[in-house]
Amino acid sequence: MPALTRKEVEEIALLARLHLEPSELDTIQGELGAILEHFAALAQVDTTDVQPMTHAVPMELRLRPDEVAPSLSVEEALRGAPVKKDGVFVVPAIIPGDAE
Amino acid sequence: MSEWLSVADTAKKIATGELTALHVVDHLLARIANLDGTVGAYLAVDGEGAREAANAVDKQRAAGQRLGPLAGVPIALKDVLVTRGLETTAASKILQGWVPPYDGTVVEKLRAAGAVILGKVNCDEFAMGSSTERSAYKRTTNPWNTQRVPGGSSGGSSAAVAAGLCAASLGTDTGGSIRQPAAFCGVVGLKPTYGRVSRWGVVAFASSLDQVGPLTRSVHDAALVLEVIAGFDPRDSTSLDAPVPAYSDALVGDVTGLKVGLPREYFAGNLDADVKAALDRTIAALKDRGAEMIDISLPHTSLALAAYYIVAPAEASSNLARYDGIRFGKAAQGAKDLLDLYMKTRGAGFGPEVKRRIMLGTYALRSGYYDAYYKKAQQVRALIKRDFDEAFQQVDVILTPTTPTAAFEFGAKATPMDMYLGDVFTLSCNLAGLPGISVPCGLTSDELPVGAQLLGKPLDEATLLRVGHVIESLVGLRDKRPKAVS
Repeated sequence: MPALTRKEVEEIALLARLHLEPSELDTIQGELGAILEHFAALAQVDTTDVQPMTHAVPMELRLRPDEVAPSLSVEEALRGAPVKKDGVFVVPAIIPGDAE
Repeated sequence: MSEWLSVADTAKKIATGELTALHVVDHLLARIANLDGTVGAYLAVDGEGAREAANAVDKQRAAGQRLGPLAGVPIALKDVLVTRGLETTAASKILQGWVPPYDGTVVEKLRAAGAVILGKVNCDEFAMGSSTERSAYKRTTNPWNTQRVPGGSSGGSSAAVAAGLCAASLGTDTGGSIRQPAAFCGVVGLKPTYGRVSRWGVVAFASSLDQVGPLTRSVHDAALVLEVIAGFDPRDSTSLDAPVPAYSDALVGDVTGLKVGLPREYFAGNLDADVKAALDRTIAALKDRGAEMIDISLPHTSLALAAYYIVAPAEASSNLARYDGIRFGKAAQGAKDLLDLYMKTRGAGFGPEVKRRIMLGTYALRSGYYDAYYKKAQQVRALIKRDFDEAFQQVDVILTPTTPTAAFEFGAKATPMDMYLGDVFTLSCNLAGLPGISVPCGLTSDELPVGAQLLGKPLDEATLLRVGHVIESLVGLRDKRPKAVS
């Protein structure tokens, strides 16, 4: 596997929604490169016709009946929010021009 | 009372009135106040809540009401377990100050059984690490030698049990995070079968690998705690709907005719000489008791590390997307728009190991790389599982060292890869979804504990406990206690 370029590391950080300082980008570029090198062993394994294993225990995904069940009150659910108003979470403007 | 009282004896003495629950909790709170400055296990001690719970147990008893199986037993919880009204940080700055509005299922079950929650204990941030050095808050030391790490990620859980700062604790195990710290601190650590214990109200790291389990000073105690926390939970879609056996009944003290597999891949290479010697003594002791040792092979073992360090970070990068500064936890100040809020909150709130794994996971899941990494890792995971399926056609249980070495010194693992390589013996168990236990099996020449790991068939925790109990009685640490706290 090729080592990571600085540009790739910056792209991944953006995809991961992580602000990284230039020094962090330097460190991570080197570390990820070293880790990926170790992963190269996987490419050598013959996995023809091997079904990918997504879960440890094969099971059907369960659904519960669509009925109202006890849950947190709005107040409790909002208690940990950094910014809230009138019973909702507050986020910065998503569409340019919105006040809130 | 003694701080070394077992879970079973604590419950019994409280039930018979020999001790009050309040006396037990006060004794431990005083001991924590005296010793936790040295050990550093606790992130938060809930003295008030613990005394209240103990009082409730004493009142119940005085009123002649039936007591729960863990009534008055003081328990510490890894800080990734969500506790109503008690700060839960996952040892991360991003969750600093978060006071959950609900209890996780395991916490509910413990409370319903009468257990007294002493507080929250340290771990690697979001359970990512093998030494508890990655906690954003504090250093936890190994009570056997305070220059050494307690293991991780459940290092606070293992150190608190080893130091007599609780009767038992809960940890979580995604790639060895219960068994490895248990081995390093000379205690018993059990990772149940995937789905055996509910993950509802557990801060998620890698959802297809995470399991909650007990850390205790004896195998019997592990059985008692597992009996309480195991079971079906409709709130966890991966919870297994299987009956919970009386695990303590499995401790019959006999292994005659039991087939024990010794996978050659775990006994080769750079296994520490003292660890090997302790395992050899364990094998000899089991043989002496009539167990049959069978050499087996798990040929894909060497690939577990690469498969794990793709699957786990990939799932983590997705799970940790929820920490965005909007619904809970800490938010960055002065963000100019939503993207900026996400980037700054996460950049400031996560520590280096968590950032590394999020980056690694995002890379592995990225379009164009998915087949080469994530899909390939899942296929190799299937091969690892197949190795175990084939081995369990021949043997009842598998015995290995828990770790290649005993506890290492702080700062000894210079690079992330050095740290990851220490996990080689514990990862496969999670990838295959099997139950595993680490039981102390002696000390090194430096007086550091060594752990023997047993891996079992799905839902066969009973055999692990049965064999572990025999190992404990033959080569265990008995009443030997860590120096730093005796």
